[in-house]
Amino acid sequence: MAEGVKPRVKVPRKAAAGDVITIKTLISHKMESGQRKDKDGNVIPRSIIHTFTCKFNGELVMSANLHGAISTNPYFQFEAKVPEAGDFTFEWLDDDGSVYTDQKSIAIG
Amino acid sequence: MIISNLQRVAAIASVATLGLGATAASAQDMPELVINDEIAITTHAPAPAYLENLDEVISGWVFRSTETQALQMDDFDNPGMIFVDKAIDAWDKVEGTAGKSCAACHTGGPEEFAGLRATLPKWNEEKQALYTMEDYINECRTERMGAEAWKWSGADMTAMNALISLQSRGMTINVATDGPVADLWEQGKEIYYTRVGQLDLSCANCHEDNYGTMIRADRLSQGQVNGFPTYRLKNAKLNSIQGRFKGCMKNVRATPYKEGSEEFHALQLYVASRGNGLTVESPSVRN
Repeated sequence: MAEGVKPRVKVPRKAAAGDVITIKTLISHKMESGQRKDKDGNVIPRSIIHTFTCKFNGELVMSANLHGAISTNPYFQFEAKVPEAGDFTFEWLDDDGSVYTDQKSIAIG
Repeated sequence: MIISNLQRVAAIASVATLGLGATAASAQDMPELVINDEIAITTHAPAPAYLENLDEVISGWVFRSTETQALQMDDFDNPGMIFVDKAIDAWDKVEGTAGKSCAACHTGGPEEFAGLRATLPKWNEEKQALYTMEDYINECRTERMGAEAWKWSGADMTAMNALISLQSRGMTINVATDGPVADLWEQGKEIYYTRVGQLDLSCANCHEDNYGTMIRADRLSQGQVNGFPTYRLKNAKLNSIQGRFKGCMKNVRATPYKEGSEEFHALQLYVASRGNGLTVESPSVRN
């Protein structure tokens, strides 16, 4: 697992049914490109977040495939329609096999 | 002929409107800085009596573009908070020969230090020296934890500085300028008004005489330090006050003083006192 990785998500605590809400996500991650070398000249293996997904009650809301040349600390902002109360789950997949997750609940009211 | 005269009249008229617009903007349309919709920040305050050449002290936030300003209005959008999170982890990390972490002594958490940032730098009676946040942190590390001192503007140091400063966010800056620090304050004032470097500029030439105007592609601020450590878009990290002084001195082609030097301590005291009346914004976002 890469060092200092911390997912952060901002979802409103509640919304009216059918509302479109804005979701912001940010994960602190080095996004090691695989192009750099360490002090001894060895290539530092690539370790980036290659996939991001957001699901609402198990249903896919948004997913993204990330490639090289994406900066450190990738940030996503997107909109989602909330039909009912439930849980948003977020998942970031790292090249080194690590999975970082976060979850936020939203109420209707 | 007639056309060119008309054009000239139109040009003068638009210049006049611009002029009026600028005065009106500073008096009425002040943008307001409220962080997370709850912490109100004072961005304009009456200048302290000892500032002979200024009527009003203004936070550097006011001089930034709308987009940069917006970054500071919500902690989620503020990239400086990533470093604060790292410092929260470092707070519990045991280091040094004494086997202690910050949390070992400061059981109340970083919240213990609410209010500290607003008074720094201040006189340390025990050490008989002017102390900045960096001095306090390194004293803890070397004397109580038995750990190595952090580099003045290193990532660990600026992050911990930001975490502790954050506890005072929204509090009014109140740096003492009298008593044991009076001489240092005078020394700092002298440095502030002394022209240095190949460009022969003093701090005042830019930050007092010309704030609000453009310097290349950037708007000059008053050089207030109430928002430090500052996240700069330019280098994507937190920056210390004295690191910034160094940058300024390099820009005027002068040989910078060393971080942690007596000169920079004196200057930091003087510059911090110029912001008395503003509020702590750390970690602020600037370009």
